[in-house]
Amino acid sequence: MDSALIPEGAKRCEFPKFMLGIAVVGAVLLWGVYAMFLCWFKGLNQTNMNDYYGFALWIWADLAVIAIGGGAFFTGLLKYIFKIDELKNIINFAVIIGFICYSSALLILAIDIGQPLRGWFIFWHANVHSMLTEVAYCLSCYFAVLTIEFIPNILENRQLNKVSFFHHLAHNMHGVMAIFAATGAFLSFFHQGSLGGVAGVMFGRPFAVRESLLIWPWTFFLFTWSAAAFGPCFTLLVTKITEAITGKKLVGDKTVHLLAKISGWMITTYMVAKIIDTIYWATVTAPSLGFTLDHFYSNNAFYGYWILFAELIVCGLVPGLMLVVKSTRENPKMRLIAIILGVIGVCLNRWVMVLQVFAVPVMSFDNWALYIPSWQEVATTVLPVAYGIILIAVSYRYLPVFPQELELNKPAEAAAE
Amino acid sequence: MIHNTKAHKFGMLIDLDKCTGCGSCMVSCMAENNVPFKEDESRKKDSITWMRVYKLTNGKSFPDTEVVYMPRPCQHCSGIGDHGHSPCVSVCPATATDYGYDTGIVSQIYTRCFGCRYCMGACPYHARYFNWWDPKWPEGMENYLSPNVSPRMRGVVEKCSFCYHRYQLAKDKAYAEEREIEEMEYQTACTTACPAGAITFGDLNNPAHKVTQIVKPDPHPVPGNPKVVGKSRNPKVFRLLERLGTNTKVYYMSEREWVRKAGDNYLDGEWDKVKNHHGAETSHG
Ligand code: SF4
Ligand code: SF4
Repeated sequence: MDSALIPEGAKRCEFPKFMLGIAVVGAVLLWGVYAMFLCWFKGLNQTNMNDYYGFALWIWADLAVIAIGGGAFFTGLLKYIFKIDELKNIINFAVIIGFICYSSALLILAIDIGQPLRGWFIFWHANVHSMLTEVAYCLSCYFAVLTIEFIPNILENRQLNKVSFFHHLAHNMHGVMAIFAATGAFLSFFHQGSLGGVAGVMFGRPFAVRESLLIWPWTFFLFTWSAAAFGPCFTLLVTKITEAITGKKLVGDKTVHLLAKISGWMITTYMVAKIIDTIYWATVTAPSLGFTLDHFYSNNAFYGYWILFAELIVCGLVPGLMLVVKSTRENPKMRLIAIILGVIGVCLNRWVMVLQVFAVPVMSFDNWALYIPSWQEVATTVLPVAYGIILIAVSYRYLPVFPQELELNKPAEAAAE
Repeated sequence: MIHNTKAHKFGMLIDLDKCTGCGSCMVSCMAENNVPFKEDESRKKDSITWMRVYKLTNGKSFPDTEVVYMPRPCQHCSGIGDHGHSPCVSVCPATATDYGYDTGIVSQIYTRCFGCRYCMGACPYHARYFNWWDPKWPEGMENYLSPNVSPRMRGVVEKCSFCYHRYQLAKDKAYAEEREIEEMEYQTACTTACPAGAITFGDLNNPAHKVTQIVKPDPHPVPGNPKVVGKSRNPKVFRLLERLGTNTKVYYMSEREWVRKAGDNYLDGEWDKVKNHHGAETSHG
């Protein structure tokens, strides 16, 4: 039915089957949209946030999607600036995932603020001292860059590409993409960093605050580094999931191994820096403010040392080393375990830097605050996931996302015939 | 003809040995500032209490139990090194909260706040409150609202302003009469309502004001912690979370050591070393 739109030579499932899948995910999406409208029309009283938990599930989701969306800027940097040509086989997909993550982050922010119609105040009345101002500017600009990076891929759709103008536009955009990749990497450095700074500059919160280098707290650099390190894990994970669902091999092993190796080294070096940071904070920063490490991990029902161990070791050092070592990296099962752990690890880090920060009591007579999100919060957090699945499905079906697809699946199809 | 030219630094001293925990300050604050309430006030974490009274105990069992009530308005922090970058002000992306260098008051511009709540996260005193609901007043009660304070809509953050509107009224009057404002002309609602006289309010820059005479703030940074400025030279007076460098302008006073110790966090053995250390007795400022 829609065969004219499908990339030439590519095999796709029947249209009704495709639409059925979209309908199922679409139902989840609608549930999220309903919750979103509830929040817009009735206000944030639809959530379980309160004056102790002013930043809750959403802000965590926001930081987490931006971290795992980091695969886009980092892969772009490697491909266009460091000229690692092998990555051309995954760059389109990395950009689409990045586009989804960043548009989701912006959507979440639009739901999260108490006065959505005043959202533009952040640009208009900008306070240059605020990390959040930096985040807002860089995030919006980087989203524009991602859109520019996504456009040539869209224009390569079989029908659109027949229009000579679109054909040439796509071609020329590819030619200048290095400029956008460089701009994107620059912007990402600052907004990933300033998201880290959001927590690190809160000098009233000893759990979050970090020593600074120039005007930036250490968390600034750690956030950027971790997004570049773990982002590619998420790109690989989504590739794997897409391969499993479509039953096709979409990206060649050589590309996968290369990206996994780079990610492994980035994670391992990041973990070394993160562990040094944690030790310094636990032994110097926190005690200088009157706190022992124990204060942050005891006397409550949820936040124990396990979370620190899980973040640093199980979902940090372990996947890092697994991806560094050739034998585990090139073993598909082991690699899958490593990239899943990695994605969990960076999400856990963002959780800690958002939610644990607010749970920890600071005044000596205050108590731990724990919080459980409302269904509206969960639905609006699931909303971007559903939207992402739909966008990936549509892109995969109608756009030439994976340049190796035909070549990789030829033998299997030939054998089947 | 310019009046009211001196830079003020309004501050408060709360005598915890006098406070009985009656809550008059909380009630007067709500009435004075049109603070909305919820139909069901049983969930306290989303109630709005610009002034909130905490109950502290010494943790000992009967008969040694002691209880103290600690009223906590916004502490009007002046930030690291007293430079005006209070925890909440420096983080607000839209400059919706601001530090008044001429008053020392941390203000909140409701019509500019877009409700990102970053300031709430940055404030360790939980002194900031979000309007989760639009304010609703029982039939007829709108007539009792103060015309001097704008009610806040849903989705913005609010907090104690040291009854800034009272300052504006006093300032305007003094201006018209071509003089500086006087100590008793500008007092916050909680100060005037406290039946025990536990709250003293005034200008910490004015040595004639009672609050300054009791607090005796040291204008020099604390040796060993340059973030902290304005520490009291009165051994009975302390500030909340002083060592973080928030440099609050709300001071507390108590004869009891455990109360003073509860004001901050200390590692084992630290309190014994610092408990007798106060700002230099001889000041140059
Ligand atoms: S007490 Fe909180 S709200 Fe008040 S000035 Fe300090 S940080 Fe800001
Ligand atoms: S909630 Fe309002 S006052 Fe607070 S940081 Fe955001 S915009 Fe500023």
